[in-house]
Amino acid sequence: MLMKTLRTAAIAAMASALMATSALAQGTLRIGMTASDIPLTTGQTDQGGEGMRFMGYTVYDALINWDLSSADKPSTLKPGLATEWSADPADLTKWTFKLRDGVKFHDGSAFTADAVVWNLDKLLKEDSPQYDSRQAAQGKSRIPAVASYKVVDPLTVEIITKQPDATLPYQLAWILMSSPANWEAQGKDWNAVASKPSGTGPWKLTAFTPRERAEMEPFADYWDKDRVPKLDKLVLLPLPEPNARSAALLSGQVDWIEAPAPDIVPQLTGNGFTIVSNTLPHNWTWHLSRVEGSPWNDIRVRKAANLAVDREGMKQLLGGLMEPAKGFLPASSQWFGSPEFVPTYDPEAAKALLAEAGYGPDKRLAVKALISPSGSGQMLPLPMNEFIQQNLAAVGIDVTFEVVEWNTMINIWRAGAKSENALGTQSINFSYFIQDPFTGLIRHLSCDLIAPNGTNWGHYCDPEMDALFKEIRGTFDPEAQDVVLQKTHEKYVNDALFLMVAHDVAPRAMSPKVKGFVQAQNWFQDFSPITVE
Amino acid sequence: MLIYFLQRLVSVIPVALGVSLICFMLVHIAPGDPLTAVMPVDATAEQQAEMRAAYGFDKPLPVQFVLWLGNALTGDLGTSIASGRPVADEVMRAVGNSLILAFFASAIGFPLGILFGFLAGTYKNGVVDKVITGIAIAGVSVPNYWLGMVLVVIFSVSLGWLPSMGAGPGGSTEWAWDWEHLRFIILPAITLAAVPMGIVTRTVRALVADIRSNDFVTALYAKGLMSRHVVAHVIRNAAPTALSVVGIQLGYLLGGSILIETVFNWPGTGFLLSNAIFQRDLPLLQGTILVLALFFVVTNLLVDLAQPLIDPRIRRT
Repeated sequence: MLMKTLRTAAIAAMASALMATSALAQGTLRIGMTASDIPLTTGQTDQGGEGMRFMGYTVYDALINWDLSSADKPSTLKPGLATEWSADPADLTKWTFKLRDGVKFHDGSAFTADAVVWNLDKLLKEDSPQYDSRQAAQGKSRIPAVASYKVVDPLTVEIITKQPDATLPYQLAWILMSSPANWEAQGKDWNAVASKPSGTGPWKLTAFTPRERAEMEPFADYWDKDRVPKLDKLVLLPLPEPNARSAALLSGQVDWIEAPAPDIVPQLTGNGFTIVSNTLPHNWTWHLSRVEGSPWNDIRVRKAANLAVDREGMKQLLGGLMEPAKGFLPASSQWFGSPEFVPTYDPEAAKALLAEAGYGPDKRLAVKALISPSGSGQMLPLPMNEFIQQNLAAVGIDVTFEVVEWNTMINIWRAGAKSENALGTQSINFSYFIQDPFTGLIRHLSCDLIAPNGTNWGHYCDPEMDALFKEIRGTFDPEAQDVVLQKTHEKYVNDALFLMVAHDVAPRAMSPKVKGFVQAQNWFQDFSPITVE
Repeated sequence: MLIYFLQRLVSVIPVALGVSLICFMLVHIAPGDPLTAVMPVDATAEQQAEMRAAYGFDKPLPVQFVLWLGNALTGDLGTSIASGRPVADEVMRAVGNSLILAFFASAIGFPLGILFGFLAGTYKNGVVDKVITGIAIAGVSVPNYWLGMVLVVIFSVSLGWLPSMGAGPGGSTEWAWDWEHLRFIILPAITLAAVPMGIVTRTVRALVADIRSNDFVTALYAKGLMSRHVVAHVIRNAAPTALSVVGIQLGYLLGGSILIETVFNWPGTGFLLSNAIFQRDLPLLQGTILVLALFFVVTNLLVDLAQPLIDPRIRRT
C-alpha cells in the first residue's frame, strides 16, 4: 500500500515537473527590467525609454510608429495607426492624418478619428472628462508643436501646429492611443483602467501587480499580421538592483535582463548566456557651459579636450560595452553627415591647441565639472569621469569634480549653468536620449530654450545654429530635412560644442533559449518575433 | 494595570506626532525634486510649475504638513507621486509582505538565539560557549546584504536549489503557504534572522551567566535541587530582559530591511522605502516611515505590557 502511494506520488511529481517544463517551452519570456515599478499602463507611459519600450509600444500604437525591424540601419518612422500624413502646402501649420481602417482596440471597440481627438484631449484639454494629469505629465511635453486638432471624418484627423513644424511626425511617435470605450467601461476611472488597459498594440496586458510583475498575451486581432507575437506570454519583472537581476538570470528565474553590469558580463557569457547590444541613440557627454568666463568658450580648448580623450581605452574599461563617440550622434545615424573635425585620440595635437590658446606646462587650465555617481543612462559615471580626468590632466587640463546625487543633478541641469545651484561648474556630465530632431539636436542649443526655460544648460546661443534649427522645422520633405539635420550635426562636431565621449550600446543578457530578437538601433524594441525554446 | 495601559496608550500619541513631524522635515530637507519622478526630465518650467501646484508642493511647508497630518489622521496617507496609487494601499501591501518575512525570520532567529544564548551562558568559557559566541559575533558583524548575496550565489546560482528573488512564482498577490512559495522565503528569512539571532544570543548568554553567578542559584543547588529545576529558575529570571530585547528586534524585523529586501527583490516595506527614496516620492516616503515608526511604538508598548505578566516584581499599579 505504502509503495503504491509512493509510486503514485512520484508519477504525479514527474507529471507536474513535465507540465511545468512544457508550459515554459510553449514560449514564455520573462524579462528583468531595471525599473523599480511597472511603467504606467494607461497609455502614456512613465519611466522614460524603458517605459515606452515595455509598456508603450507593446500594448499601444502611435499614429506614427518607429520601425524596429532592423538591427543594421538606424530606425526611421513608419505608418502606425495613421497610414499617411501631410502638411498643407498652402498652410504649413495644417496637417492631415489618414487613419488605418478596421483597427480594433483590445476591448473590441473601433479605432476612429474620434479616438484620436479624445486621446489628445486626455493630455492637453484640462476640462475634458478624460483628462489625466499623470498621462499629461508624460505626454504634453512631447507634443509642443500641437495647437489644435479636430475630426474631419471618421478616418481623418486634422492637426494645427503653432508654427510650421516639420518635426511633428517625430513628436506624434510618442503619443499612444488608449481606448475611450474601455475608459467608459472602467467607470471613467484611470486607476481602474490601469489594471485593465486597452490599446491597439500587439500585446494585451492580462495581469498586473504593482511593483512586482506584469503579464501580457498576444493580441490575435492585431492589425499588422507580421507583428502578431509568436510567444504565448511576456512577463515583466522590475529588478532595479543589478546583482539581483544577474542572479535572477543565472538561477533561471528570468530569461532576459536589461543592462547587465559590465563586470558580470564575462561570468554570464561563460555560463552560456548571450549578450546582445547595438548602437543606441544615446549620448554620454559633458555639456559645456558657454556663460561668460567659461574656458570652454574657446574653440581651441574644446577641440583640445575632445582630442585628449582615449575613447578606445575607456571602451576597454567598460568591457567593450560602449561605442566611442565620433560626433554628437552615433556614426551610424542618418543625420551624422560628414563633419571635418574628427575627435580622435591625439594628445600631442591637443597640447598644441592648448598652447595656441595660451595654456601650457606653466599655465595649466583648471576646470570644474559636475558629475553624478549614478543615474539613468549615465553608464558607469565615476570610473568614466575619472578616466577623462586623467586624460585631460595628461594634456594640461586639471579637472576638479563636484559630485552630486542624480536627482539633484537633474535639477541643476534644468536650472542651467548660470544658476547658483550649478556650484560654479563649467560642464555637466549628462546623458541624452537623442532619437529624433528635437531631443537629438534642437533642445540642447536653441537660443529660446536656454535654461531654465528649456534644456539648453550651457546658455549657448548662435544665430547660425538657430537658423539651422528653423530650417529643420521648415523642411517638410523628409529627405531634404535629413540633409539639414546632417548640416546641423556637422556644425555640432566641427565647432566641438560638447565633449563627445561615448554612446551606450544598450546591453541585454539573455538565455540561449531566447531566439529571434532583433535589437533595433532605438530605445524601443519589438518583442513580436521572439520565441523561447 | 488598566490605568498603566491607558497611560502608555496615550503616551503613544505625542511620540507618533513627533515621529510624523521629524519624518516630514527630513524628507523635505533632502535635496532633489519629487517631480523628477513623475515628469520627463525635459518638461518645461511652466509644466513643472503646473504639476507642482497639482501636488500641492507650491504651498508653504507648515501648510503642507498640517494638510498631510489632517489627512493621515483619517487614514488617508495621500497618493504616491511616482505610481499614482494611494500610499495607504502601497504601504499595507508591502507591510503584509514584510510581515511574512518577519514571521519566518523570527521563527529562525529568536528560538536559535535563545537556545544558543542559554547554552553559552550555562557553559561559559567552554568550547560550546566559544563556538556559539563566534557564530553570534559573525551574525551581528557580517553585513547582511553581503551574507544574502553569498547565499544567493551558493544556493541559487551554483546549486540551483532555491530562487534568488521575488515573493513566489506569481508574485505576492498569489502567495500561498505551500512549498512552491515557501522556498522563496528561505534565503531572505535566514539572512534577515542573522542579526537578531546574534544579538539575542549575546544578550541571553550574558543574562544567564550573570544569573547563574547569583547566590540564590548556589542556594538552590545547596538545597539539593536538580539541575533542570535550577534551569527553570534561571529561565524565569532571564525572561523579562530577554523579552524586551526580542521586542526591539521584532520591531526591526517588522520594519523590513532596505538592503535585504533589495538584494532579494522582496516587495516589502524596505523595498518600498528604497524606491521612494530614489524617486523622491515624498508622500510614499512619509507614509512608509510613519507606519514603520508606529510599528516600533506599538511593539514596545506590547512588550512593556507583557513584562509584568512574566515578572511580578515589575508589576505596575
